[in-house]
Amino acid sequence: MDSFLKIRGLKKYFGDKRVLDGIDLDVAAASVTTIIGKSGIGKSVLLKCIANLLEADAGTIELDGQAISQSRRSAHSDTGVSFSYMFQNNALFDSLTAFENVALPLREASKLNKVEIQERVDKMLAYLELSDSADRYPGELSGGMKKRVALGRALITKPQVVLFDEPTTGLDPERKFSVFEMIANYRERFGFTALLVSHDIPEVFEISDRVAWLDEGRIKFFGKPEDLNTDAQSALSGFLSKANYGPKSSPLNGGNK
Amino acid sequence: MSVVFELGEISLFGWGALRGFFAQRSRFAKLTLGIHEIGVRCFPIIATVGLFTGLVMGLQLYYTLVKFGAESALGTAVALSLIRELGPVLTALMVVGQAGSAMASELGIQRNDEQIDALQTMSIDPLGFLVGPRLVATLICFPILTAIFDLIGIFGGYLTGSLLLNVDSGVYWNRVFESVTWADVQGGYIKAIVFGLLTITICAYRGYNTHRKASFPGVRGVSESATRAVVWSSVTVLAADYLITSFLL
Ligand SMILES: Nc1ncnc2c1ncn2[C@@H]1O[C@H](COP(=O)(O)OP(=O)(O)OP(=O)(O)O)[C@@H](O)[C@H]1O
Ligand SMILES: [Mg+2]
Repeated sequence: MDSFLKIRGLKKYFGDKRVLDGIDLDVAAASVTTIIGKSGIGKSVLLKCIANLLEADAGTIELDGQAISQSRRSAHSDTGVSFSYMFQNNALFDSLTAFENVALPLREASKLNKVEIQERVDKMLAYLELSDSADRYPGELSGGMKKRVALGRALITKPQVVLFDEPTTGLDPERKFSVFEMIANYRERFGFTALLVSHDIPEVFEISDRVAWLDEGRIKFFGKPEDLNTDAQSALSGFLSKANYGPKSSPLNGGNK
Repeated sequence: MSVVFELGEISLFGWGALRGFFAQRSRFAKLTLGIHEIGVRCFPIIATVGLFTGLVMGLQLYYTLVKFGAESALGTAVALSLIRELGPVLTALMVVGQAGSAMASELGIQRNDEQIDALQTMSIDPLGFLVGPRLVATLICFPILTAIFDLIGIFGGYLTGSLLLNVDSGVYWNRVFESVTWADVQGGYIKAIVFGLLTITICAYRGYNTHRKASFPGVRGVSESATRAVVWSSVTVLAADYLITSFLL
């Protein structure tokens, strides 16, 4: 497997709290890799290290064969790989409308002209069923609508690498499905490489080529979703069965025990 | 030592913002927003404070001067103290209160909400995008606001001195025009520019670095940043005023 994103020995501590303690991860080009794991285990921290928003304490991250520099000035302008990040809390600009938020990366950092931007953003908003809310501010949108605006902003530039931090959390089942479908669609059309953090097990496995399970600061499982072994008495199967994946067991009576 | 380090960091911050601005798209639109925030929205408070400062100076200086039989010098006294000292200093303090604190908290919230990180991931230079337009607007607005403050203040001195008390209005204005030299105006202009750059850079720096500088996370960190921004920039204005004055005199 030719790895497009290559992480070796990545460590990140906050004080003496070891959040990432030697992450090794290989992500193939144009694949979707989903990171699963308990809340607070360091999934968002991992994405932020990859996005160069947090400085790692040790280890290397290579994108398309080039090391991501530790300069925090601008993310990845040095590797020439276009890239976007969908934040767990959306990070929309609350003084800009939904339309302006989605248009922002095009207006500020692309070669498209006004008409092309208008066209592309309108199309995106329609796709996200947000056309009616184009002129509303994030404060006037529901949580799920904000998520979709953030998704639109992440995909509007047709990036080569997208990091999605919980793109579907808080969406109703129908929208959740349509977001996953959209990610799969876009991947097919533009061939981006996606790294996804999600708690939506097992739905997210539908669109994932690989699953990485993060626990105790390391990737403890990496493989195809169908290889997730739910029979073994392991911490992973315990985690999965609590997510209603694998052998039917009620999450309330202790999962694998 | 850490003060020196901090000063260096603030200078680099301001320089980065100014330089970043000129790499931005649609600079004119962004600058217009900055001018609205720092110039237009500060105008009412500047006009009001300028008027009252002038009114009070008219009273105080009149009663001091009249003891020496020198009340005809009221125009000189009011105009020179405003143009040389009070105009630039009070304008800067008022803009800090109106625009600087708001800017520090806005940037602090944007930092906490990861909006600044988001800009970075979109390859938009956050400094040039968020801070640059405000700094350039400062260069334009501070001298104008200061001039407005001075003019309204001198007019306020005229109101108390001539209309309320009994300085001849011709004498008042004559003294104003006679005594103010080009050097005074220039000095006031230099002060306005320096104070503007110092205050707005410090306020932006505190807000932008809320995550590193504030001792609390979250909302309390933002309010701490806003308070510190106001305190630091006010103290800096007064210290810089002393320095510049000692050079100019
Ligand atoms: N800026 C920070 N300073 C200190 N500790 C932090 C910081 N950011 C994250 N942490 C710690 O790192 C750990 C991992 O956080 P992270 O946000 O990555 O969790 P997560 O796996 O994304 O969880 P969730 O699924 O709930 O989003 C947490 O224990 C958190 O307390
Ligand atoms: Mg998270």
